Amino acid sequence: MTKEDIIEKVNAFLIEEFEVEAEKIVAEANMRETLDLDSLDYVDLVVVIESTFGFKVAGEDFTAISSFQDFYDYCDQKVNKKDSA
Amino acid sequence: MRRVVITGMGIWSCLGDNLTEVKNSLYEGKSGIVVDPERKDWGYRSLLTGKVNTPELKGKLDRRARIQLSQEAEYAYMSTIEALTNAKMEQSWIDQNEVGIMFGNDSSAKAVMEAIDILRAKKDTTLIGSGSIFQSMNCTVTMNLSTIFKLKGINFTVSAACASGSHSIGMAYLMIKWGLQDHIICGGAQEVNPFAFGNFDGLSAFSIRHDEPTKASRPFDRDRDGLIPSGGAATVILEDYESAVKRGAPILAEITGYGFSSNGDHISNSSPEGQERALRMALKDAGIEPSEIDYINAHATSTPNGDKAEASAIDKVFGECKPLVSSTKSMTGHECWMAGASEIVYSMLMMQHDFVAPNINFENPDEESAKLNIAAKTVDKKITTFLSNSFGFGGTNSTLIIKKI
Repeated sequence: MTKEDIIEKVNAFLIEEFEVEAEKIVAEANMRETLDLDSLDYVDLVVVIESTFGFKVAGEDFTAISSFQDFYDYCDQKVNKKDSA
Repeated sequence: MRRVVITGMGIWSCLGDNLTEVKNSLYEGKSGIVVDPERKDWGYRSLLTGKVNTPELKGKLDRRARIQLSQEAEYAYMSTIEALTNAKMEQSWIDQNEVGIMFGNDSSAKAVMEAIDILRAKKDTTLIGSGSIFQSMNCTVTMNLSTIFKLKGINFTVSAACASGSHSIGMAYLMIKWGLQDHIICGGAQEVNPFAFGNFDGLSAFSIRHDEPTKASRPFDRDRDGLIPSGGAATVILEDYESAVKRGAPILAEITGYGFSSNGDHISNSSPEGQERALRMALKDAGIEPSEIDYINAHATSTPNGDKAEASAIDKVFGECKPLVSSTKSMTGHECWMAGASEIVYSMLMMQHDFVAPNINFENPDEESAKLNIAAKTVDKKITTFLSNSFGFGGTNSTLIIKKI
C-alpha cells in the first residue's frame, strides 16, 4: 500500500469516526488536540485501525505519536512492514 | 409529607414518536404490532413484535455520547427530551439545581451480544471498543442520561422485571415525598430486537397469531394465545409540589398512592393475593376508597395465567364499584421494563383528553374477566383519578394512583 493510500484511508476514518472536518486535518497539527481525544477515544482508534489496516496498535505506541504526520508515518511503517513480512 | 406532582412527560413507542401521535393512536385504538421476519432466522417461535422507530441522533448528540447509548437509552433520550420540554425544564435551569434520575430497565442484551460476538471472533477485548461497557449494563439509561443532561441528584436504575418502570416512579415518588429530592426524571426503557427475548420466546409465552398481528394481543379475551414483546421508552418528570410552583412548572397531575408487594411464590406465575396487597396498599397510601378510582390501566399482558390473576385481584378490591378497565397492551404489546412508565403516560394522556383508551381485541370474556367493566371501545369520559398496575417475574407487584390537579 502506498503512503498516499494510507494517508487517504486514515483521513477518511478520522473524518467518519471522529467527525472532524477535513480541513482541520493538517499534517503538522497535533492530532490529540485537533480531534479532542480522551482515553476512551484511543480505544476506538485501536478498533478502527485494526478494521482498516488489520494490525493491532499497542497502547504505548500512541505516546510517540503527536502530529497527524507522526500517525501517517506510524501506520505506513506498520502496514508496509506487514506487507513485506 | 410533601406532595409529589408530574410536571412533564415524553414517550417513544410503537404507538408513536411523541405525545400527540401516541394520544391519537390510543384514541383510535391503533395497534403497533407487526410481524418481524428476521426473528424466523433466529429460530423464534413467535415473529410478532411492537414496531418502534429508530431515533436519528446524529446532529442531536456528539459522537462520544452516541456510541455509549444502547438501543433503549436512545429511546429514553428521545422521550426525556420531550418530557423536559413538556415540563419547561431547560438545561440552564438543570445546571443550577439538583435534579435526579431513576429509570426502570432490566436488560441490555443487544449490546452484550454484540460485544461477545466481537470477543469470540477477535479474541481481543480492546477491539470491543469504548462504547460497549456503557451500553451493556442495566443502568445504561441512567448512566448515559445523567451524563448528557449533567444531572447532580439521585442517579440509579431500578430492575424489577416488568414492574421496573412503575417501581422507578414509585421510588422517585417516595424520595420526593420524604424530602430527599425535589426533582427527579424517571421512567422506563425497553430494547426491541431479536437478542432481547429469545429466552422468553423459548417459554412459548408469546402469541403466534401471525396471520393477524394487530389482533394478536388480546388481554382478558378468552381466545388469547400469549403476549407480544414490545418496547421504547417513557419519561415522567416528578417534582415536589412547592418546588414546582416556585419554578413556574406546568402541573399535570399528582401522584397520591404507591403500593408494592412480593408474591412469595412461583417465579413466573401470578398471584391474585400478592397483587391485591399492592392494590390495597396504594389505595391506603392515597387515602381513598376504591369507588374514587375512575379508570384502571391493567397490567394484563394477554397470557391466560396473568390476566386471570389480575382480573381476580381487581374484582376482589373493586367488585362493587366496577371502574372502567383497559389494558393498553392490547395495542402496544408488552413493553416490559418500560411498561409501568409508559402506561402512566398513556393514562395521563387519557386523563388530559377525557377518554378511556380501548382494550382492543376484547371480544369474549373468560370467567374472571367477565366480572370486570372492560372498555372494549374508546369511551369518552372525564378521569379524575386513575390506577395503574404493573407486575413482574419473581412476583414483584407495583400499583400507582394518580390524580388530576
